[in-house]
Amino acid sequence: MAIKAEHELHKRRLSRNVGVGLVLVAFVAIIFGLTVVKVKQLGAVQGFDHVVRPELVPAAKDEK
Amino acid sequence: MTDATMIDRDDEAQFGDYFALLKPRVMSLVVFTAFVGLMVAPVQVHPMIGFCAVLFIAVGAGASGALNMWWDADIDAVMNRTRKRPIPAGKVTPQEALGLGLGLSGLAVVMLALSTNLVAGALLAFTIFFYAVIYSMWLKRSTPHNIVIGGAAGAFPPMIGWVAATGSVSLEAVLMFTLIFMWTPPHFWALALFLKKDYNNAGVPMLTVTHGRRVTRAHILAYTVILAPLAVWLGFTQIGGPVYLTVAVLANAWFVKGAVDIFRRDETMAEGDSYKTEKAFFQFSLLYLFLHFLALLADAALRGFGVI
Repeated sequence: MAIKAEHELHKRRLSRNVGVGLVLVAFVAIIFGLTVVKVKQLGAVQGFDHVVRPELVPAAKDEK
Repeated sequence: MTDATMIDRDDEAQFGDYFALLKPRVMSLVVFTAFVGLMVAPVQVHPMIGFCAVLFIAVGAGASGALNMWWDADIDAVMNRTRKRPIPAGKVTPQEALGLGLGLSGLAVVMLALSTNLVAGALLAFTIFFYAVIYSMWLKRSTPHNIVIGGAAGAFPPMIGWVAATGSVSLEAVLMFTLIFMWTPPHFWALALFLKKDYNNAGVPMLTVTHGRRVTRAHILAYTVILAPLAVWLGFTQIGGPVYLTVAVLANAWFVKGAVDIFRRDETMAEGDSYKTEKAFFQFSLLYLFLHFLALLADAALRGFGVI
């Protein structure tokens, strides 16, 4: 039996593969959307916030 | 060779067969009640987080459906109502259903906990465990009160929706749980009264078989009479309102009347008009639950617009 690039099996499984693919794409989109919402809900977040930012500390601001 | 046998199969499972493992019709009820539980909660939830909460509660419910189909494949093959499900139909192997069920359970619980809070995630995990292990594996085949226990699993979604929004369980959440919990037995026993052959063949102990139909009729009445005041009580909590109270009073009056009618009939009368009263009661029971949750949503909307 000659080896064919596309076996009949692949055709039969196409709907399954497309279905799983779409579910995965949707899942990625949901996680991305959820991440955006969650990060925005944190309020004022600055980049590099593992370094102390004097302007974010209320006491430091008052002393000026 | 395993590959060769797979190629020979004509009835290879399609995507829809795996989806059918998740019991889409049960899932639609779960989506609706969980959505209501989330919307009536006194805490504003971001639409995206609300969407994720309902989605993952539904996925969790679907996962427990797949686990139930894996465990109950032998019963499903015998009963007319369920013999075309993917496993008895030979399209999906039990191992695949088990894998899908376990995988989706883990995913749903973790994602619900991450998108809302840990309590909601834990409650969903408990619901899946309760339905798959306590109900399907243990009590369904050993006690005629299996329906009562199974009803608890179906009653959790609005409570999980509420907890996803508020982070804790409260009286309102418990009453929404009780509404579905107490509604399930009369709903299913009415069905069992006119679908008697199915459960007999499968060997599942239904109340109609173990204790007789007279006792079943009495049980339907008893549960309905306890259900009615609990359903109306929900109307006097902070999530109740004029719409809910009106619906609850009318629907419960009809429901109790239906249960009394069922109680007064015997088998000769029922067979005489081919279970007309029982069928009407069963059909109304579907509407009953839908109307109660729709009314809760209507009152929440009225509160949102500042009308009440």
